[in-house]
Amino acid sequence: MTVYGTVAVIIYLLCSPFIACFMSGVDRVVTARMQGRRGPSVLQPWYDLAKLFAKESTSVNNIQKILVMAHCFFAIFSGAVFFAGGDILLVFFSLTMAEVFLILAAYSVNAAYSGMGAQRELLQMMAYEPMILLTAVGFYLSVGSFRVEDIMSASLPAVVKMPGFFIGFCFMLVIKLRKSPFDLSTSHHAHQEVIKGLTGDLSGPAYGFSELAELYEEVLMLGIVGLFFITSDPRSFLAAAVAIVIVMFCMSLIDNIFPRVKWETLLKAAWVVTFFAGGANLVILSFIS
Amino acid sequence: MKISKSPWLLHYDGSSCNGCDIEVLAATTPRFDVERFGIINTGNPRHADIFLCTGGVNSQNQDVVRQIYDQMPDPKVVLACGICACDGGIFKDCYNILGGTDTVIPVDVYVPGCAVRPEALIDGVVKALKILDEKAEKMKKGEYRSLTSDEYAEKLYGDPQEAVPEASASGDKEEKNAG
Repeated sequence: MTVYGTVAVIIYLLCSPFIACFMSGVDRVVTARMQGRRGPSVLQPWYDLAKLFAKESTSVNNIQKILVMAHCFFAIFSGAVFFAGGDILLVFFSLTMAEVFLILAAYSVNAAYSGMGAQRELLQMMAYEPMILLTAVGFYLSVGSFRVEDIMSASLPAVVKMPGFFIGFCFMLVIKLRKSPFDLSTSHHAHQEVIKGLTGDLSGPAYGFSELAELYEEVLMLGIVGLFFITSDPRSFLAAAVAIVIVMFCMSLIDNIFPRVKWETLLKAAWVVTFFAGGANLVILSFIS
Repeated sequence: MKISKSPWLLHYDGSSCNGCDIEVLAATTPRFDVERFGIINTGNPRHADIFLCTGGVNSQNQDVVRQIYDQMPDPKVVLACGICACDGGIFKDCYNILGGTDTVIPVDVYVPGCAVRPEALIDGVVKALKILDEKAEKMKKGEYRSLTSDEYAEKLYGDPQEAVPEASASGDKEEKNAG
């Protein structure tokens, strides 16, 4: 690991919750303004997180908490691998592992809404995983390496060669960040049709850990959005930051204007996008290279 | 950091006529926008800090009210919203009504009104937040744990086996409460 990688990982580990809390705080204010409300303070997600850790620790069974903490660990680990400049395949695989632990935590309580949330989460994974994995393949075809540090030192931004993958990845981001219309299993909004589904039976610190994992995951996902724009030129970091802000705004907008869809629509939509945006780009890329 | 900066509330409709419930929902609309205080109307007792109960408790939903209360992690506060939740209100003498929310779980703040006004409701929640902070402070020192619904019933009615009062005419109920 390079010196740069070590510094990036340390910054990631220490600052991610603050950065992600600030971003979701801004998201909540923007959402409120879109709905004609004043909205909470920008620091609200931070207050929420601190509150959860101050609450009484109750657990439905013994294993639930361990599974949630494993979920949190793997979410942080995948981000650390990414920011260290490691293999992007490992990032995606350990992110899937993190998701699996959360699903196990939801199934372990044997409650109706948690179980339904876990089933829906599996469906969501089925919807977004193909595109996410294709994105890794796309990076390999356009840059010639799965390693993040190699992708970052390319002379041309990856998005030039893989616009289809970028569109596809942003589409999957809507599912991954649990935004409407694809917030079937659980939502970052308080009210959800399956009583918070997946995270319904987590309370206090355990729920805090799952929220913390989500914050780290959010930073990672936006990091990947940035990776599409970063080259060996330092100015490209600015382009990446602008792209992240635009993508975040689009997420808020989409979240506010679409109602939740049924799982069939989710699967169809995600696979159609994967096939046409990801698949077409993949075919073109493999011809070029 | 104070816990009252992030109060998530759970709204349960007992035997309300829905007047109060409409006002509760009105409080979350752009006109009153309770989210500006960080208040979120969560649908899940495990995530809630404030239990907001409208309508009286009847013989069918008393177990639901107790279960919701017991599932909420400490520190927590209970708000009885509207006159029916305070003492049974207009339905007080009905054969199936036990009375207000405090017949089954301990209530911290009573917000009267028929229907309760959103302003009164927000005022009640703000009062509840002070209590929530006090409870959190005591809990940190290890001096406080809220009563479970069983313990509350035992305190109120003596024997936990006969904890749940039977719905009856209001005269009988007063006797039981006094005992």
